Amino acid sequence: MTELRRTLARQRYLLDYTVASMSRRRTRNLGLLLVYVGMVFLLASVLFYSSALKHEAGLLLAEAPDIVVQRMVAGRHALIPAQHAESLRGIRGVRVVEGRLWGYHYDPAVRANYTLLVPPADDVEPGTAVIGPALARARGAGIGDVLSFRGQDGTLHPFRIAAILPQESALASADLFLVAESDFRALFGIPEGQYTDIALQIPNPREERTVAEKVLEALPDSRPILRAEMLRTYDAVFDWRSALVLLPLSGALLAFAILAWEKASGLSADERREIGILKAVGWETGDILSMKFWEGGLLSLLAFLFGTAAAYWHVFGLSAPLLAPVMQGWSVLYPDFRLTPAIDATQLLALFCLTVLPYLAATLVPVWRAAVTDPDEVMR
Amino acid sequence: MTARVELVGVRKIFNEGQPNAFRAIDGVDLSLPAGGVTVLAGPSGSGKTTLLTLIGCLARPTEGRVRLDGRDISGLPEPFLAALRRQTFGFVFQRFNLIRGLTVLENVMLPAYPLGTPHRALTRRAGALLQRLGVGHRAGAPVESLSGGEAQRTAIARALINDPTVLIADEPTANLDTALSLAFLEIVSGLRAEGRTLLLSSHDPLVREASVVDRVAELRDGRLVADRDTLAESAQ
Amino acid sequence: MMVQTPILALFMADLLGLLLLIPAGLFALQVLRHWDPSSGRAQQLRLEKRTHLVAAILGLVLLTQILALPLFVHTVDRMALQIVGAMCAVGTLNANFWGLPALLLRIGLFFLAAAWLLMHRMDKLAPDYPLIRAKYGLVLLILPLAAVTAGVQLAFFLQLDPDVITSCCGSLFSQGSESVAAHMAGLPALPTMFALYGTIGLALAAAGVYLRWRRALVPFGILATLSFPVAIAAIVAFLSLYVYEHPLHHCPFCLLQPDYGRIGYALYLPLFGATAIGLGLALSAAFARRQSLRDVLAAAAPPLVITAAAGLTLFAALAAWITSQSNLILIGY
Repeated sequence: MTELRRTLARQRYLLDYTVASMSRRRTRNLGLLLVYVGMVFLLASVLFYSSALKHEAGLLLAEAPDIVVQRMVAGRHALIPAQHAESLRGIRGVRVVEGRLWGYHYDPAVRANYTLLVPPADDVEPGTAVIGPALARARGAGIGDVLSFRGQDGTLHPFRIAAILPQESALASADLFLVAESDFRALFGIPEGQYTDIALQIPNPREERTVAEKVLEALPDSRPILRAEMLRTYDAVFDWRSALVLLPLSGALLAFAILAWEKASGLSADERREIGILKAVGWETGDILSMKFWEGGLLSLLAFLFGTAAAYWHVFGLSAPLLAPVMQGWSVLYPDFRLTPAIDATQLLALFCLTVLPYLAATLVPVWRAAVTDPDEVMR
Repeated sequence: MTARVELVGVRKIFNEGQPNAFRAIDGVDLSLPAGGVTVLAGPSGSGKTTLLTLIGCLARPTEGRVRLDGRDISGLPEPFLAALRRQTFGFVFQRFNLIRGLTVLENVMLPAYPLGTPHRALTRRAGALLQRLGVGHRAGAPVESLSGGEAQRTAIARALINDPTVLIADEPTANLDTALSLAFLEIVSGLRAEGRTLLLSSHDPLVREASVVDRVAELRDGRLVADRDTLAESAQ
Repeated sequence: MMVQTPILALFMADLLGLLLLIPAGLFALQVLRHWDPSSGRAQQLRLEKRTHLVAAILGLVLLTQILALPLFVHTVDRMALQIVGAMCAVGTLNANFWGLPALLLRIGLFFLAAAWLLMHRMDKLAPDYPLIRAKYGLVLLILPLAAVTAGVQLAFFLQLDPDVITSCCGSLFSQGSESVAAHMAGLPALPTMFALYGTIGLALAAAGVYLRWRRALVPFGILATLSFPVAIAAIVAFLSLYVYEHPLHHCPFCLLQPDYGRIGYALYLPLFGATAIGLGLALSAAFARRQSLRDVLAAAAPPLVITAAAGLTLFAALAAWITSQSNLILIGY
């Protein structure tokens, strides 16, 4: 037991000495610490942001239909007749079959695309519309205002804004323009009995693939899209986009490693003397190494904590103004939304491996070289 | 309290194998007695400092053997050598080599840190040493504010913190005036009376001729050229 | 290839470890050729100084593996979402030939690094470097292992194609198929239980023998090391079934998920720790030809033996508790 107590006491003494020594050389360490914090901040921001986006996408897509069936003509998406929906109702494993009406409208006034949609319950009053918050902001439109679109036939179709979708739904509804079915068909010239696509609900996830195959058999001109595939695609897109941002950072990481190496190697004569003195009065190389590792450890801990906290605030508090354009895609209508904090151990581990490990690896050899200074050098 | 240090056929070569290789110690046989004051004399460049580092286990000889109480310590791994060194030897350097930014007390306690000595006991021991040497009142002062004499006493206290049997001092009076040099010799006398072995290197005649000195060994070009037992001499 | 940040982090970890192990390996060759502790010549002094560097490098490698193992497992588990047919880590690992080897190699690297550090600690406590050759021989084994681990992991992730349909653990561990994993899953519950508690029991007995009579350290180390594969087989064969309360769910990774209270960590941490200590002690004791090392072991090994034994006991106790607590009944009374 006393052995353990001695070991603990020794570590405490070394730690005390390290802290005192670091505060004596504050300016030198401060520069490195700032860069270190910066590195952690950048990397953590990217990580947190992309995983938050993936998380959001996952939440959103949870509401999406399990399978969407689109009709393809000459490799392009075309309208699908209601009879096709009937053939699909017969497939085993399919619980609900619903025709959906939606489309895009380009508004030259703000140079943006709106998504026009007929909600499943078709509860929008004809002649009115419910719009998304970003759209409202872009057009400066409020409840009671009238927005008009030029329809298929060239005539103007006015819509009175009846409501604006809540801000919380912004990620999904930013550019939505909800209208009644009759208005939609009139605007786009889509006759009765035709839909944009058909949504299927499959209660048992394991059957999704089988059902998709059966859909293809029943309707050879269709393209079934599984929600699982959409999730995968979103995940993959956010992944490579974050990797895209990380790649230039790797150059920064290398520079950081070199800086760390330089700082660790560039011992002033004073520091070298100090190590010599410590060894001459009875410290071993192992003690010096422990001390130096405490120093690196403390620095890393501080940098990791501050960098991560700053990134957390940047991403979840400020919604990452620096990263949003790259990660969300280039569009005109940005949803203004608050990301739900979603961090986990895996990200932190990955962050650790990408910041602290390189630091430790870069400083290992210089620290050792300093620690093996011969004590008799101080005598000369 | 004994510690017999023997050097047998010891050589120390720096920059071995390179064109600027330099033999600092070139075949020294020396037996340091237990107890008493020995002075290593010789001109600068004679290897006094290097010999001190070899005796005090600060460095390993390139050739030859170093024995401590009959035990061959030349091949010991560094941790063991350091442990022996801590127990057996205390060093006082020419320029004192106190660590700036720390207080007097902290400097004195420093050599005991790796041992994990409980903090309170260590502080007490350090304080007592400082008191004994007459600088107890400066315990909390930063070392930069010390005078030459105070700094030396702090250095001596630091050297004594682990209660070593041998105290080694390199050119102890080089930066002191006569009054302080005499005061230093007083301290030496006190330590000698405790039964400790003292080894001083000096080219200061004040030290060489001091009555407290038992033996003078002369070094020139890395070799011992004379080894006088002054105690025996003065008895005649 | 699927590009993801955690994967980049894993590459970084492997790369750093490898970069540092290369000079360590070169140094190991020098030690094995020129080591002469009685010499005071400059070369010997330089070699002695470098031993500190190698120890620091191995320490970093161990840290890397401690981070990389859970990172690897969790990343692979998450990626299951993106790979067709995979429901958890097993599916992802099974997606191509390199998956399972990547995991096993990494585990091996972890154990060897940990064992090395234990041997180093013993070596430092003796005044005549008794384990120096054994240690540096081991470095020459660790270096290629690290290279292969990095290479296999790279191959695994490069070849990972989200569109290639893989099987989930249900089919991998199903009693019908041919793989090692399937054989483990196919082991009958009761005999495997005996094997598990028997091996751990023998290891604890060896620990007792050692603590009382200071003999049989190597057998203890070997038994503690053997406990690892036996325990993994036990987890796959029956323990996981009890945790999931499902007669066919054999997956050893789903234990780590929050749905099951992350009980996997409570099982794996003591197991890995005990095995690492056991391996280190076995290697140290096997090379203990000199009296100095035997003295060192006599003084330093007992607390380690106790720690390893405690780890094994914890595992066994937890396993027993899970078995008794579970709503699943595999063995008729």
